[in-house]
Amino acid sequence: MPEVKRIITPLTEDVSRSLKAGDTVLISGTIYSARDAAHKVMTEALDRGETLPVDFTNQIVYYLGPSPAKPGRPIGSAGPTTAGRMDAYTPKMIEQGLKGMIGKGYRSDAVVDSMKKHGTVYFAAIGGAAALIAKTIKTYEVLAYPELGAEALAKLTVEDFPAIVVIDCEGNNYYEEGQKPYRKI
Amino acid sequence: MRTIEVEKVTEAIAKMCVDACYYLTPDVYDALVAAKSTEESPLGKELLTRLVENADIAREEQMPICQDCGMAVVFLEIGQDVHFTGGNLEDAVNAGVAKGYTEGYLRKSVVSEPLFNRKNTGNNTPAVVHLSIVPGDKVKIKMTPKGFGSENKSALKMLVPADGLEGVKKVVLDTVKTAGSNPCPPMVIGVGIGGTMEKASLLAKKALMRPVNKHNANPDYAKLEEELLTMVNKSGLGPQGLGGTTTAIGLNVEYYATHIAGLPVAVNISCHATRHAEVEL
Repeated sequence: MPEVKRIITPLTEDVSRSLKAGDTVLISGTIYSARDAAHKVMTEALDRGETLPVDFTNQIVYYLGPSPAKPGRPIGSAGPTTAGRMDAYTPKMIEQGLKGMIGKGYRSDAVVDSMKKHGTVYFAAIGGAAALIAKTIKTYEVLAYPELGAEALAKLTVEDFPAIVVIDCEGNNYYEEGQKPYRKI
Repeated sequence: MRTIEVEKVTEAIAKMCVDACYYLTPDVYDALVAAKSTEESPLGKELLTRLVENADIAREEQMPICQDCGMAVVFLEIGQDVHFTGGNLEDAVNAGVAKGYTEGYLRKSVVSEPLFNRKNTGNNTPAVVHLSIVPGDKVKIKMTPKGFGSENKSALKMLVPADGLEGVKKVVLDTVKTAGSNPCPPMVIGVGIGGTMEKASLLAKKALMRPVNKHNANPDYAKLEEELLTMVNKSGLGPQGLGGTTTAIGLNVEYYATHIAGLPVAVNISCHATRHAEVEL
């Protein structure tokens, strides 16, 4: 395994631009979680000219809908959800200053174009490894849209959250590069 | 005639929902462990190690393997000499799902209506229930929590007989390639061949519930399972779609009689967290 890069949030553009597709990283600090319904509400708010509940400048968003926390624990199981479902909303979120996204799966060309323009990086968390990832989440606090349940906008504190850079700020895609040597059919 | 209180069904289902979400079945767990030693990509190996670690943490800490605790799919095989008392059977199934998902701290992901008002029902009901009447006086309940990261990547194709074996292979490979990294590979793949469109889909779902280390009893279909699995693993997707030789850890085929004019093929994709539970009352 190559060397693991440590990332402390906020994620500034010089750091995001230094990350390359295929890099293994451990993320620590504050990140935000939002998925389908929260993205829809936020982009609708932006369309109405309103300010978002969070300033996303130099921040990372995690596409997450956790399972409920058992008593005494900050969060339940917490693996990534499919990022492509957010694609329709993502360029608008990137314009808000977002520098990192954590999810799983492919992204649209429009998202990649916007990432290249604004220096935003896309990380894959390990899909399905929800119990393992939960251990790296120290706090979980709903900030807005509590009525959306698991889909609410929330703030998380993470310590050594494991992820892999799959699309970097130049548009290099590790799903493509990683698969190539093993594609026999 | 044997009498069974529907309350027993509720209790059994509640426990199955929790057990299925917390504990990976031995066949799937062992397949992940075995894949660690055969995977050729170093990153793929590392990811498989993490997935095994994840299953261990979930079991030890009694938490869901995946945050998507799925929509509950329940198969009831009811002996024809059984008489249920104490209430409506399907209500009892749903009461079990509500109890299991609430008391087990499982994520409730079901919305009451798909298009106009997607409101979460709050208790993961209703379940998708399949009933069949079989000889005898026992009730066999099979339950699988089906996550939608993988369910969304499933497909049904109505081939014509001339498409034959090559046509079936193409449908499976195309479906896997289109699914890509989204369904959290390594996948388990259920293939249903024959019947009608809905029968093929049901066969594919049933195929997912058969242990991954148990081949179809028909040697032709057992050989097909091996061929399709080898083919899928040559796609290069690998663990998490980041490259490697383990795209799937299991591929099961179920078949049924069909019409002279048709060759339905359904491919139901499941993730590495292929969960299922089974009890007999």
